Amino acid sequence: MSTREADLSPVIPIIQTNPLAWKMRQITSGFVPLNWKYGQNDKEELEYAEYNESEALCRALEHIRMVKEKGSVEERHLRTVEDIAWKSGLAPEDIDTLLDVVLSGPFAEAVKNRMLKCLIPATLIPESAVVRAFSRLCASNCSNNTKVLFCRWLIAMFDFIDGKEDMNSLYGFFFSFLQEETMSCYICNLLYLLTKRENVKPFRVRKLLELQSKVGMQPYLQALLSLYKSFCPNLITISLPPKRKFYFKTTDSIWQAAVYIVKERNHKSLLPSVKLTIGTAYSHPRKKKWNSGCIIPVPTSSHISKEEQDKEGGSSSLDVMLSGHKSFPLEQLHTFSQLLDNIQNIELPSQMCSVLKSAPLLHYLNCIQDETVWLRLYYWMSQELKEGCTWCKVSNYTSEEEFRKFLDIIISAQCFLQEGFPSSEAFLYKSLPLWDGVSCRAEYLQLLSWIPLGNFSEIKPLLCDSLTQLFFTSSIYHKCSVLYSLKQLLQNWLLWHAMEVSVKPTRSTSADTPMIALNSVSELISYVGWLSTIALRLESNSSFLLHFILDFFETVSDMYLNYNLPLVMMFPRGVFYPALLTSDTIALNHLCYIMYRYRVNLTAAKENELIRQERLKFNKTYQEFNEYVTALVDCLWTSTSFEKDHYLYIDPQILEKTKIREYKRSLNLINHPALLPYSIYFLLQGWPAEKELSLSSIQEHLEDLIISRQSSAIWILHRTSSTTVASTFDKCMSPCCMS
Amino acid sequence: MDSSNVPEFTPKHGVPPRLRDYFTGASPFQRQLASVRKQTPFGQTPSRRKIPQCSPLQENIDPQKIAFLLHKQWTLYTLTPMYGFSYTNLKQYSTLLKCFLAAEKQKGLAVEMGEDFNFKVTFSTLSGIKGTHRDPAAFLVQIVSKSQLSSKNTEDKVVWTGWFCSVHGDSLLENVPDDFTCLPLFLANGAESNTALIGTWFQKTFDCRFTRLTISAFSLSWMAAMWTSCNLEHYGTATELLWSVPCSPQSLDISYAINPEDAKALWDSVHQTPEEITQEEVDLFIDCLCSHFHRHFRINLSATRLVCVSTSVASAHTDGKIKILCSKYLIGVLAFLTELAIFQIE
Repeated sequence: MSTREADLSPVIPIIQTNPLAWKMRQITSGFVPLNWKYGQNDKEELEYAEYNESEALCRALEHIRMVKEKGSVEERHLRTVEDIAWKSGLAPEDIDTLLDVVLSGPFAEAVKNRMLKCLIPATLIPESAVVRAFSRLCASNCSNNTKVLFCRWLIAMFDFIDGKEDMNSLYGFFFSFLQEETMSCYICNLLYLLTKRENVKPFRVRKLLELQSKVGMQPYLQALLSLYKSFCPNLITISLPPKRKFYFKTTDSIWQAAVYIVKERNHKSLLPSVKLTIGTAYSHPRKKKWNSGCIIPVPTSSHISKEEQDKEGGSSSLDVMLSGHKSFPLEQLHTFSQLLDNIQNIELPSQMCSVLKSAPLLHYLNCIQDETVWLRLYYWMSQELKEGCTWCKVSNYTSEEEFRKFLDIIISAQCFLQEGFPSSEAFLYKSLPLWDGVSCRAEYLQLLSWIPLGNFSEIKPLLCDSLTQLFFTSSIYHKCSVLYSLKQLLQNWLLWHAMEVSVKPTRSTSADTPMIALNSVSELISYVGWLSTIALRLESNSSFLLHFILDFFETVSDMYLNYNLPLVMMFPRGVFYPALLTSDTIALNHLCYIMYRYRVNLTAAKENELIRQERLKFNKTYQEFNEYVTALVDCLWTSTSFEKDHYLYIDPQILEKTKIREYKRSLNLINHPALLPYSIYFLLQGWPAEKELSLSSIQEHLEDLIISRQSSAIWILHRTSSTTVASTFDKCMSPCCMS
Repeated sequence: MDSSNVPEFTPKHGVPPRLRDYFTGASPFQRQLASVRKQTPFGQTPSRRKIPQCSPLQENIDPQKIAFLLHKQWTLYTLTPMYGFSYTNLKQYSTLLKCFLAAEKQKGLAVEMGEDFNFKVTFSTLSGIKGTHRDPAAFLVQIVSKSQLSSKNTEDKVVWTGWFCSVHGDSLLENVPDDFTCLPLFLANGAESNTALIGTWFQKTFDCRFTRLTISAFSLSWMAAMWTSCNLEHYGTATELLWSVPCSPQSLDISYAINPEDAKALWDSVHQTPEEITQEEVDLFIDCLCSHFHRHFRINLSATRLVCVSTSVASAHTDGKIKILCSKYLIGVLAFLTELAIFQIE
């Protein structure tokens, strides 16, 4: 069924003579207009026809309208109407006229059917026309064939009808047609499209059940019954067989083709597709055990409404009729706008877990204050995670693949809500000690980054002990992904904190929460600093790993300005010096950028009240920063890093033994291993003709060098266009001190 | 729709409450978190327990109903708290469940609510089965097939039985608001397909989740000790322990049967603190049995796995099947099972 009207635009553009359209018309023999020579006409005639189109149509319709006797309709006019309809579609008023004429005029059945078939709307179909046509259909003694065709036309064009309210008020009349055996299939389809909650009445239910007992299990009837069930689960129940996907016949391929071409052309203005809900509930394989893990049901309304619960059971059908029960069935909730329209009438689903896959429901949960909702989700999800977890081996119902998909759904819901579920946090703590570090790594570590901001000293024993062990014993890629997740975790915490502060700016200084946030964040950073230092040693300063570590500290360096957290924390020496003495340009560049951001943040932080108050604590940060800046300048600029009283001091005698000439300068801007390729490149560019070049000659052209490196890595230098290099350094790298 | 039904919106606050507000505020979630964080990976069980006692509340139970629960093999499930369950609606639930079963059994045919079928579903409470007054009342669900003959002499046949209970389930209870009913232990007897259908209905209707409750070898050794320590006037069956040797292609089971009086004597020699059993005592008891076995057969049972314990009080299998034999200690057995169930839920 679902291929039909589901996502059609209500607007059909003018149908040009399109070879594809012609082809389709030819293939479906039943619908081919009699003079299909027309399509092969030469160009001149075609243009002439287009020119006169509206006039010709007008004349033809006029003629048809005037026909008083059976059989006297002129074939010529009939053809004109057909051709124009298939080519350009009919305007709303033409459809109205034609419908009216067809169902009231004295035509032979074949003629009627021909005319009905060519009712292709150019834009919309007026509802009034449909209502009028339907009443004529009821009143006159049309043949069943005509009625069926009219129904099929209504179904195919349902989305193009400009209103459904008046049609819905004729629901009872449509319903009465169910008795006609030849029509019941189409009527069911039509009713399926038309039914609203208030149409579902006990007597109709009984009528349908009667029909069911007469015709047996018919898919079209099942579809309508299951729709009734979704509106009124207390009147009727049905369980659909698992495999069926299509409940209604889709025979009207010619209309579909016309509509398809329209859709193809009109990509931009597609309506949000409204999916049929029946069948989807059973889309997952039902072979699995009933309570095996990782099955997320589709949202369904509760079987038992609250009002009913309050009453003593029984006699519920009358209550349904009388009560102004207006709740919106979840089965029909697909878009955000539907949510907005019905937000007061939405019932929570019978199984809370079904919200995970429905974006509108997640929106809804986000704005209601009901603790039970979260508790219901909590219980379900903890069980499901425990059951599904492949490495805990509680059961073998789920494969790793299924569990991975399940985790993905949870993660995307968490990203949507921008916060972690308590159950996934609990699951993380419980299952981490058993985790092998391999299965579902990407997904599992993503759970890690959504741990809610809490007291880190509480989290630490649950999380860090196992994580540290795994971290040190596994591959470099694992280390990198753990560091990446920790960076995400830090970012999430900082974002939550920033939001908290912006929501309650007045209370923030007095309340506990900012202090907890501050402590937790600083503890997390020192933990990652410690991990990084050891990891760099284990992996012999791998630049790949260094990249992830520096990424983490880039976030750290900008905490004060980006996230409004009154905290600046330096990275440990174990990270700074490997990054400074690396042979990787990108790492050195990254380091310089981080130092630059530290400086900006530290300068800004001087003004902060809170930091002023705790000067002692922050003085240490300033000292550390100054030490790093000095080391950076010593090394890259003044080439004094090996001298006495400097951090990198090494006994000159030992350095002599390395037999490096001018070892003092070996780490400066020109000779630094990470920058050497650029120096050489600079020389080759500047003096392409020279046979022999010495790096020391760059010293004189240092300014040029720096400017030429605009595109290269030295971020701190290319941030400024200052003329003297010395002032560049001054500006970016001058030590900070606490006022 | 009732006004109380409409969820509360708080446009004034500007920002809706976040999940972690529930989590850190003074709410059940906070307690939940505390219990989560308290637990070490997959938890630690208490190292001492009380000896099962006769419950004074047990006297309220209809002895016929008790007899019905005994001597049947029950499959154990755990159940998360049920949302929106009400004891006043049992009659309505039985109608709904009956129609659901009918619709499921004849897939594709719609069923009108209140239609009559050749079976019925009954819900009834088991009033006395609780450890304290705070425990919610246990209840029983039965599928009864009506006999085709209309004569009154032919008894209706019970096709499937399941019951929900909570005995000393306080630790779970204190975390849960009133909208939830905590009956963490579910016992079923009958065709698995029926259990599946009924379980599905409960899951859909009360937003709960069934999980099979398996009993670890560790818990089985506790059961062996606790049930041996019970005072019985006469012993129905021998105390029997079943050990499984993991070997392929088929596992080998070693059955170890002891005269119940001997087992009790051994236990009395091991047991010291009155009214309480400690982990050390349990270990010692099992070790004694193992070393006795080793002395005779040179088979070291500690290298195998305990899979089944049967005593005159009850018998339990590691798969999560239990048979309760002695009405006197019914509550005691259920209390331990409830504890295991809660442990699995949390």
